[in-house]
Formats: sequence, structure tokens, C-alpha cells
Amino acid sequence: MKTDIILCGVGGQGILSIAAVIGEAALKEGLYMKQAEVHGMSQRGGDVQSNLRLSDSPIASDLIPKGHADLIISLEPMESLRYLPYLNRDGWVVTNSQPFINIPHYPEMSQLEEALGKLSHKVVLDVESIAKEAGSLRAANIVMLGAASPFLGIEFDKIAEGVCSIFARKGEDVVNMNLKALKAGYDVAQSRR
Amino acid sequence: MDKHLFLGDEAVAEAAINAGLSGVYAYPGTPSTEITEYIQNSVVAKERGIHSRWSANEKTAMEAALGMSYAGKRSLCCMKHVGLNVAADCFMNAAMSGINGGMIVVTADDPSMHSSQNEQDNRNFGNFAMVPMLEPSNQQEAYDMIYDGFELSEKLGYPILFRLTTRMAHSRAGVVTKAQQDMKEMHTPEDGRQRYILLPALARKRYQHLIAAQPGLLAASESSIYNKYFDAADKSLGIITTGIAFNYLSENYPEGFDHPVLKICQYPVPISKIQKMVDECDEILVLEEGYPVVEEQLKGLLSKGLKVHGRLDGTIQRDGELTPDAVGKALGKKIESFYQIPEIVEQRPPALCQGCGHRDMYEALNEVIADYPEAKVFGDIGCYTLGALPPFRAIDSCIDMGASITMAKGAADAGVYPAIAVIGDSTFTHSGMTGLLDCVNENSNVTIVISDNETTAMTGGQDSAGTGRLESICYGIGVAPEHVRVMIPLKKNYEEMKQIIREELEYKGVSVLIPRRECIQTLSRKKKQQAASKS
Repeated sequence: MKTDIILCGVGGQGILSIAAVIGEAALKEGLYMKQAEVHGMSQRGGDVQSNLRLSDSPIASDLIPKGHADLIISLEPMESLRYLPYLNRDGWVVTNSQPFINIPHYPEMSQLEEALGKLSHKVVLDVESIAKEAGSLRAANIVMLGAASPFLGIEFDKIAEGVCSIFARKGEDVVNMNLKALKAGYDVAQSRR
Repeated sequence: MDKHLFLGDEAVAEAAINAGLSGVYAYPGTPSTEITEYIQNSVVAKERGIHSRWSANEKTAMEAALGMSYAGKRSLCCMKHVGLNVAADCFMNAAMSGINGGMIVVTADDPSMHSSQNEQDNRNFGNFAMVPMLEPSNQQEAYDMIYDGFELSEKLGYPILFRLTTRMAHSRAGVVTKAQQDMKEMHTPEDGRQRYILLPALARKRYQHLIAAQPGLLAASESSIYNKYFDAADKSLGIITTGIAFNYLSENYPEGFDHPVLKICQYPVPISKIQKMVDECDEILVLEEGYPVVEEQLKGLLSKGLKVHGRLDGTIQRDGELTPDAVGKALGKKIESFYQIPEIVEQRPPALCQGCGHRDMYEALNEVIADYPEAKVFGDIGCYTLGALPPFRAIDSCIDMGASITMAKGAADAGVYPAIAVIGDSTFTHSGMTGLLDCVNENSNVTIVISDNETTAMTGGQDSAGTGRLESICYGIGVAPEHVRVMIPLKKNYEEMKQIIREELEYKGVSVLIPRRECIQTLSRKKKQQAASKS
């Protein structure tokens, strides 16, 4: 088993919280894991990405070679396109559909839809509205994680356990709301596969 | 033993605690910051009373670490690569005095300049100071090297330079930890005055001692478990890797190496192992994260009779960090991308946060200096460096910590008017105060803006050494109190701010403007913490 993932978005969107849950689940599964993060200046509203590699055998490089990523998880539609050279031929793109516009020449939505439309393996979803339906906008990243979960190579139940342990100290209500968000994301992804 | 998911930085911190550390001394700097933060948040460190408060700058940090080592205890000193320039005076001379308690200096280098002004390779500093160096290839090695490194430092009698690079410092992996060791008892050195008083007559002896120690340092490298030779059948090429380059090489040989490989992670370079490779291989490829340090040593000036490939002959790009693809290309492997980046994808550079006080400071400053077309604004290192980008385009320079004030002074001496410096509060106490004294001593015609957000913001909101005392520091240095002007950078105060800026630009002498408003990132974090503690 080997899953190479690029997590991306805009600085401040919280891609690392998604990585934390996957990491928790991977560790419980006894998998090897490497996760390269970006800190510092690039976090201030710029494009950010994290390379996350899971495997049942030791992993050499902290960085994913071009053409090797099995999955791109993006919290922002334009950002999901920036890392396409890293995607393998049969790789999946799971991305939020709602743009984060903090630059002057952001592309038209129709252009983004066209570019995403050309990809054969993709799940595009409005994570914010799904999160609101599940109970809170703050669960947006967990909706995203749910949508990505069919492609991780880790059982859904183990991901759910990861969510439980990360949010345990915040109380039962928060845990349940996040589990609901996780399932909602998962259901959308399954319906669009 | 337990397996933990650690950043490289966290592996260093945990290992230091486990090895009986008594104090970490550091100034925040990407990618080194998380080492000290981990120790600050560690329960064990708290119970043991391990020192972990931030220092004013890297030089004060290194001197304190040397002092703790002098007293027989184990000390750690952490910084980003350019921080070692600041601390170099102490670092070079700590190699002359040697150490007492084990001392490790961590330099976190930033090839590709993800968050830095240059990509200097501080292995050059290690060679310059003639001290032993360690450079881990993975998080487990980082842990093990630090855990055993204090003892190695004590055995060899010198501080150890420990080099991380961005991908090592900021990548997470599983790490198995070891038993907690006791802290060292205080014991000052018996021969202390002979070693630590670097008067010329004594310093000459110490330098001879350092030279005489070199064969011992080399022997330690030759027998190090971190310098490993992997034999293979195809001797047409031998490959030398340093630090994490080994991982990128391994990534390209999932079925095992087909050429001999020498993995170097401890310095000085193990000469006999290199000799073996040169003897049995036709050509050598050197893969290093950073400058061609080993490659240059191998080639010498004339490179006679030895075919060496690497950064110097363009086999690997001369600048920038290594990647598995860059290494694959150097090995002649096929790099394949199946999808291209669509043309509609735009650059998204970092920017000052919405609601940040620096924004209001730049807005007001820009409006005023629109009336002074000859004005030059000397910037400094921090979030406010982003004032260089649109929509502000507000600064003319950003060189090193504290340079805004002294460059403004030099430019004013040359006739530039208005000469304006923009510096943050933490950078001011790091390296700006001495420059301000230079300005005061000559009553230079400069206007200094200390944009005070009451934190070290760029690195994630660490304590700032002068919070609450900036005015008194300026008075103490000798700035006339009526020319130290505090303001609150908010839109509603623009007219007042502009008036003050104009007045002080017109004043022929040293003025300090202090726009003060807490960083909105630290403010919202505090509010969240308060809300969490209430619930």
C-alpha cells in the first residue's frame, strides 16, 4: 500500500489540520508516514501545500516526485490546479469549489470550471455549505477530509477514530458534529465517483 | 520504546530533553522556531526547570549557551542559517575555548529561500570554525544524533554544529525515543582561565590545541555510524550524498542502489571512505542539499585526474534545494508529468493579513511621502517586509536584521532626505538598538518607524523582548522624548498619523515613530484561548 497526497490551499485555510487527522489514523494503522509542511512567510495568505506520504513500507523522500501523487486535496479550486504536474496518470483531485479571492487577477469561475472539467478523476464540492448543513462552518476541513477519505487507502472507520481522538477534548457535541461533517463529505465523494 | 510523530525540529527538541539538557537559548527564525517552542511546551522541561525563554538575538543566545556549558551543563542553541552570522563572533571563539558541558548549535538552513534572504550553507561555518558537524538524513537520525551528540561534544571537547535544512526541520515522521537521562551537576572547568580567556598569548595556545584536535575529529567521523558505505556492482559511478540528499537518491532506486554510495552525515568528511570510492569508481557524483561544500573539497582547485559531477558542472542546478526529481534527472532517470498547470493559474504571493496594523502604518506613510518624491524607505526583516509588494510598494530595501536604521543613517549621511527606516519591535531589540545609538550620537537626520505589534509575528507570534518598554529604551539611548511619538494605526486615526509623520519628517534630527497595535493573529489566538478556558 502506498498513497502519496498533496494537500493544498491558501495560507490560513488550515490544510495542516486535515493532515493531522490522516496522520493520526495512519499511525494507528501502523503505516509509515512522512509529511513535509511549509511554515513561515508563505503562510501569510499565499499558496501553501504539504506533501503527505503513507506506505506500508519505509518511505525514502519527504517530497513527492513529479507524476507520483495519487491524490490532490485542495481547499481552493485554483490551488488544486497548481500541483497537477505531481499527479499520477490515474490520480484523483478532490477540491473545494468555492474560490478564495485575495489577488487582483483571479481567473473567471467559468475558466476554473473548464479546467477542472478536463480532469477525468475528480470530486468538486462546496465544502462550506455542506459543513453548514452538518452543523458548523468550522467543520469545513473535516467535510474535505470526508470527501478525500475513499482515496486514502485507510478504512473510513479509522479516519473517524482519528477525528474522535483529535476533537475528544472539545466534548461530545463537537465530536459528533465533526463525525457528521466527515460522513457528509464521504457521501458526496461516493455519489460522484 | 514509544513511537511519536515528530517534525525534524521536534525530534531535536525531544532528544535534547531526553539527553539531560539544562537550557535552550534561541531567537525565532524559520525553519528553526519549533525546536524551542517544543521545549517551552514540554511538561518534562517544565518539571526539570529547563531554560527555554527566547533570547534577544542569536548572539546573546549563543553566549548564554556557552556560559551554561562553562558551568558544566548541557546547552542547546538554535537559529536559522542567517542567525549564525549574528552569532558568528561567539561561535568562532567557542571553537577556540572549547566547551565544558556538552553544547550543540543547531543551524536550520533554508535552501530555496522559502522564508529567507539567502540560502547560505552553514557547513562552511563549521569548516571555518574547525568544529565537528552532524547533518541528519531523517527524523530518527536527528533524534539519535542529538541524544548522543552532547556526549560526543563532551568527549571531543568542542561545540557541535548540527545542520538541518527546511525539508528536514519541517517534515514529520515516526520517531522512536529513548530513556530520559539525568541533567548534569554544575561543575566549572578546572583549566577555565587557560581556555576561556582569549588574550593573544593564551589564544595562540588554544588555536594550536584546535589544530591538534583535528585528527581526533576526523577519526570520530571515520568511525561514525552515520557515515556509511553501500557497495554495489556498477563502479562506473560512485555517488556521495550529504544529509537528506540520501533520501532523494533512495527514492530513485526503489530496488536498491546499482552504484556504490557513500552517505555522509558527520563531518569533517571521512577521508578514507572517500578515498575508497575514488579508488574503485571511474567518476563521482556529489549530491548535497545546499552549496557544493564536499564537491569543492573533492575537486580542489585544479580537479586533476578526478571526474566529479554535481552543482559545479551543472549536473545539479547550482542554486535551490534538492528534490527527488532534480536528483533523478542527474541520474538520467525519466521524469514524467501527466498533467500541466493550466495557464489560468495565477501567482498567489503572501500578503499582510487583513486588519494588520502594518497595513495602516504603510497607508499613512505612503500618503505623506507622496509629497516627498526623493524619500527612501529602508525596510527590515519581518511581516512588514511584505510592504514591498502591491498595493503598498512602500520599501526600498530589506537586507538583514536591524539594517533599516543604519542604512537610513548612512543614506542620510550621503544626503538622502527624507531617510526613513521601518523596523518591527522584535527586530528593533534584536539588532536595531545599537544602530539607533549611532544615529543619536551624530543626531542623524532620520525618521525611524518602529511598527510595534507586540510580538515576533512572522515566525508565529513569539514573545518580543522589548514589549511595553520601547519608549523607555529609546529615551535611554538618547532620543529626545518629544520626538518619540506613539500612535494607534487605525483608519480612523489616519489624519493624526499623517500629521505626526509630516512633523517628524520636517524635524532635522532623530525621530522615532511607534505605531502600536497588537498583531491580529496573536490577538485572535488569545481570544480563542480565553474562550476555551472559560468553557
